[in-house]
Parts: sequence; C-alpha cells; structure tokens
Amino acid sequence: MSELVTIQKERFSVEEVITRVKSASKGIGAVVVFLGAARDFSKGEVITGLSFEHYPEMAEKKLKDIRSRALDNFNIIEMAIVHRTGPIDIGEDIVLIVAASAHRNDAFMACEWAITELKRTAPIWKRETTQKGEVWVSENP
Amino acid sequence: MIKVRFFAMLKGLAGTETKEYAVAAPISIESLKELIKKDFPSLSQIIDSRSLLISVNQEFASKETLVKDGDEVGFLPPFSGG
Repeated sequence: MSELVTIQKERFSVEEVITRVKSASKGIGAVVVFLGAARDFSKGEVITGLSFEHYPEMAEKKLKDIRSRALDNFNIIEMAIVHRTGPIDIGEDIVLIVAASAHRNDAFMACEWAITELKRTAPIWKRETTQKGEVWVSENP
Repeated sequence: MIKVRFFAMLKGLAGTETKEYAVAAPISIESLKELIKKDFPSLSQIIDSRSLLISVNQEFASKETLVKDGDEVGFLPPFSGG
C-alpha cells in the first residue's frame, strides 16, 4: 500500500487522499485529517517562502513505519501520510495525515500521534526565506 | 568505503553532500566523528552538540554503533518537517 505514504514535490489533493483512505473499508465511520500549511510568520519574522529537504530513503522508511505502527497500536482502519519537499509558497499545503476508523476517537488519537511522531523521527528539514535571507529551522515545536 | 551523507545546514557548512572513508576494520561513531571534524572543521560545533542525530543504513544509531565497510552514515541536524 505504498501509495498511502508518499513524499513528493507536487501539490496533493486532500480530497483525493481521503477517497483513497476511505476505499479501504466500508466500515469506516470517521476520518480525521491533519493538514500542515506554510504560514507567513515564524518567531516574529515575516516568512516569504519555504523549502523542504529530506533524506529520501530514510524519510520514506520512517513515514511507512509511522503508518504501520499507527495501524498496529490504534484501533484505526487505514492511514495515509503525504509530505511535500522542495520549494513551497506561503499558503500552500505541506503535510497531510488522514486517519480513518469506525469511531472518531481512535482516528483523532492516531492522527495526533502520527504528526507528533513525524516531527520527531522523519529526517526532513525546513528552510525559511525571511527578509534577512534564508535560514534552516533547527527547532521543531 | 563508508559513505557519509550530510544534510540541511551540515551540507552547507561542509560544502559537500558526501564524503567517503576507507576503513580496514569497523570503527565507532565517535571515531568517525573525529575523522569528520578533522576534515571539516566548520562542522565541529554541530557535531559536538547533543542535538545531532546519526543514522547508519537509514536507522538511528547510538554512540556504541559500529560502522563498517559498505555502510551509509547520515549526519542529521534536528528535524523540522511537518
């Protein structure tokens, strides 16, 4: 089910990913979505653009691992994870996590866990363009 | 050869994405760090910081991990994905 975990330069369609996740089972009664977008400020600075770099082989491995641990440890039916790399304009979507379960609580918990785990374990780095120049972001709130 | 890969700000500071080392026998991560600090003094501070993570063959490594011929070692600054 590799199409449920992707790292890509192109924009993604949230609706298309939700449809893919929902196609896993007619027993799905709740879908929770986390969508991370590029905002125009960070630590008091105006941000005019973002760019993401990743360690391709390891990042893909870690995202697949997050999905499979979510399926093992939460009462969910399916999960998809999409992360973009390369340059991203302000307002564009960066990351998408879709968790589906029979009842909402399981999907909420799995989705929250997955984005936290992604920030902790996926070798992906953000570079922000500010009025002072470009800076790598070294903290991950 | 051990293939070392640098990412994000490390790549910029090193001025290269990769560096290869020939080793006769497996070496520790700590020894590899010393070799890299000697070749890339600009990386010394970040290599000594606690926030740097190291991977061996795309899995997180610890100080005790030994690196051998054919391994790929990633020098990973703190993540900021998501």
